[in-house]
Amino acid sequence: MKTFNGKVLFLDRSDINTDEIIPAKYLTESTKIALKPNLLEDLVLDGFDAKKDIEGKAVVITRDNFGCGSSREHAPWAFEVNGINMVIATGFARIFRQNMFNCGMMAVELDADVVEGVFADFSGKETTLETDIDKGIFTISADGISRQITFAISEYDLSLVKAGGWLEFADQNY
Amino acid sequence: MGKTIAEKIFDAHLVDNPSGDVQVVRLDAVFCHEITTPIAITDLMARGKDRVFDATKIKAVIDHVTPAKDSKTALQGKILRDWARRHNIIDFFDIGRNGVCHAIFPEKGFARPGYTIIMGDSHTCTHGAFGAFAAGVGTTDLEVGILKGVCAFKKPLSMKVNITGTLAKGVYAKDVILALISKIGVNGATNRVMEFSGDVVDAMTMDQRMTLCNMAVEAGATSGICSPDQVTVDYLWPFIKEEYGTKEAALTAFQVFTPDADASYSDVIEFDVSDLDPQVTFGFKPDQVKSVSAMAGEPIHQVYIGSCTNGRFEDLEIASKIIEGKEINPGVRAIVSPATPDIYSRALAAGIIKIFMDAGFCVTNPTCGACLGMSNGVLAEGEACASTTNRNFNGRMGKGGMVHLMSPATAAASALTGTISNSPLFQPGGDK
Repeated sequence: MKTFNGKVLFLDRSDINTDEIIPAKYLTESTKIALKPNLLEDLVLDGFDAKKDIEGKAVVITRDNFGCGSSREHAPWAFEVNGINMVIATGFARIFRQNMFNCGMMAVELDADVVEGVFADFSGKETTLETDIDKGIFTISADGISRQITFAISEYDLSLVKAGGWLEFADQNY
Repeated sequence: MGKTIAEKIFDAHLVDNPSGDVQVVRLDAVFCHEITTPIAITDLMARGKDRVFDATKIKAVIDHVTPAKDSKTALQGKILRDWARRHNIIDFFDIGRNGVCHAIFPEKGFARPGYTIIMGDSHTCTHGAFGAFAAGVGTTDLEVGILKGVCAFKKPLSMKVNITGTLAKGVYAKDVILALISKIGVNGATNRVMEFSGDVVDAMTMDQRMTLCNMAVEAGATSGICSPDQVTVDYLWPFIKEEYGTKEAALTAFQVFTPDADASYSDVIEFDVSDLDPQVTFGFKPDQVKSVSAMAGEPIHQVYIGSCTNGRFEDLEIASKIIEGKEINPGVRAIVSPATPDIYSRALAAGIIKIFMDAGFCVTNPTCGACLGMSNGVLAEGEACASTTNRNFNGRMGKGGMVHLMSPATAAASALTGTISNSPLFQPGGDK
């Protein structure tokens, strides 16, 4: 199973799409690792610099409808090869969300006001996050402040994360 | 309680209910292209599971970058080609016989009412035009589909979209779907199936229904879907006549997959299109839509007519009527890409290709091409394209470029003026 702990990258915008996560021109790659330098390359966002801000991060916190657009699993892969296994958002596009769990990664949905509170308290600070997936709780901390936030994860999604992904799950069951 | 089309299809394909609202369904078809499939193939090989669940239910095409533009894309094509040969996948379409996946697969009769279809491509929702549940998926879902012939989905909720009224002349399915996305937003249908109904949909040809369903994903929908009817039967007839014998028998069989009158929907959208003008996008999201009149005069640098949204015969035919005997504005360059060899061939026979060439269009082979800036037709920074495609994300057609989504008629009219322009075929409020 993957780990879901570490430094947080805040992306303060809704509707961040798959082409912004990984542009189509990189879809000619036949390996996942080749996508590493190009994650979020086309994302234009105030205060965000893909060249400096991704390194060392493990979790993304963002707004609504994250990962809309293409079905490319290159989007979760580009996060995965950069050490980011978890995205927390107000909402996800269906295919992106499914791709995350299919890869044994986490796509956590929280209410908009909870996400708003997290942005208000932590965005712009050196923030770290630790996840207990069995309890459905993560602890987010910065500058000595720490908060525990509960999240819902279905039994099925949890089983995909624990199996390591959908292929492993399907192979055991079908 | 009655059932929606998607519920009826799921009921007929249910394999397992692993937990909660998750349903694993049996697949009738797995469609593949050379961008998202090769990684699935190499992963299956690495796992020692290089098998396919049923070679007759797998259809594959090289369409995104064809002819290959470099060594990497040549390798993607080779991996798909070698795999298709190795597993005796008869329905594999290589260069010379290939076309845009969501145009060539329906044309070959591979999408049928009641089918479950997946593909590693978000615009797979196009095939819902035939009354199929057709969903875009990632590579892992595709991989499991290839290996096991199943896919897991949440039990689908459906949004009923009832499209009524009478379309004005020069207003098309593309304008309807752009206006609808603008109305409900880019995540207005997330985790739901958009079930299209109403007089306007009933009157649409299959080409038009495919345009409508193609963009369902731009509102976040899992699939678009139309109720199968006589239009569906007529389109599919060459492929189904031996199976059904008569069109009446086929229609009866397909009507199993029409929605019940008392089906339950998560939302119902009523959309009267009688006053609808031609529509165009203005930003980097498909729900940023204005009327063409409101955007008229906006400069463009490239025109692109093609893609899985609007590269079909009717699209080319409408555009050709507007440009016939005229030349494109010297300030723009224009590209047309018939979506399949059959469309290309029919357009040649009808004199449509000559009209495009005489007007100054570049006619490319069938390919996804400029739509996602992967092979040809890439924009330079600061350039804008009048495009009949489905997605206007920042950088979609080239870094720093702007894509204005519109109908083929509007794109053709814009090619002549060099700015976003209403087509002369548009008659506001007129009939009809």
